Amino acid sequence: MPVDPIVRIQADDFDLASEVSALTTGRGDIGAVVTFSGLCRDEAGTLSALELEHYPGMAEAEILRIARQAAERWPLTGLVAIHRHGKIRPGENIVLVVAASSHRQAAFEGASFLMDFLKTRAPFWKKEHRIDGTEGQWVDAKEVDDQAAARWESGKISDR
Amino acid sequence: MKLVYFAWVRERIGVSEEDLALPPDVATVRDLLAWLRGRGEAYEAALRHPDVIRVAIDREHVDHGERLAGATEIALFPPMTGG
Repeated sequence: MPVDPIVRIQADDFDLASEVSALTTGRGDIGAVVTFSGLCRDEAGTLSALELEHYPGMAEAEILRIARQAAERWPLTGLVAIHRHGKIRPGENIVLVVAASSHRQAAFEGASFLMDFLKTRAPFWKKEHRIDGTEGQWVDAKEVDDQAAARWESGKISDR
Repeated sequence: MKLVYFAWVRERIGVSEEDLALPPDVATVRDLLAWLRGRGEAYEAALRHPDVIRVAIDREHVDHGERLAGATEIALFPPMTGG
């Protein structure tokens, strides 16, 4: 029976240690926890903030769909994904994935899979706000992200 | 039909959502994108390169060949850049 993933979409910040602790406290079956957090870069000092727009009805549902695929593919014992929206400044958190398993490989790969598909399928869009006050651009989608997601379908990475 | 727009698609069209009566010959997502482009400069600016536009029907990703019959909410948006 695959683990039931927890997905949250929120404007507020999150705390890595609290999220890991909430997942592992009182559990004796977890041998590995992998966390990934994505932060806002300042783009060499030119960026004042990112505006994260999202599709409220779909963002949580889509990340949950991806998380459930991860939970079916790897023997995960816990899976949490949190994605923020709204204005986020350089150095602040944008996204968090916590994957737990008995052994590290499933936790590493489950977290990586979830992030790769979250990047290409979760309905979020970043707009840049510039320090010099000029009109910021919408961030372009990167082909490298599509390639990262595609590698999970090509059989290059084995399931465990 | 309820249409919702996000990111630069929303900015170029100028509204975040609208209710439009679709002509009966608009059967697929591809038909819808072509029909919307004919509605004026703002739509043309947003949908000039229809191949890059991503579409969700009732909050699930679909291909441009997907039929619209039975849809409640259709969302148009650029490739996603979250994470």
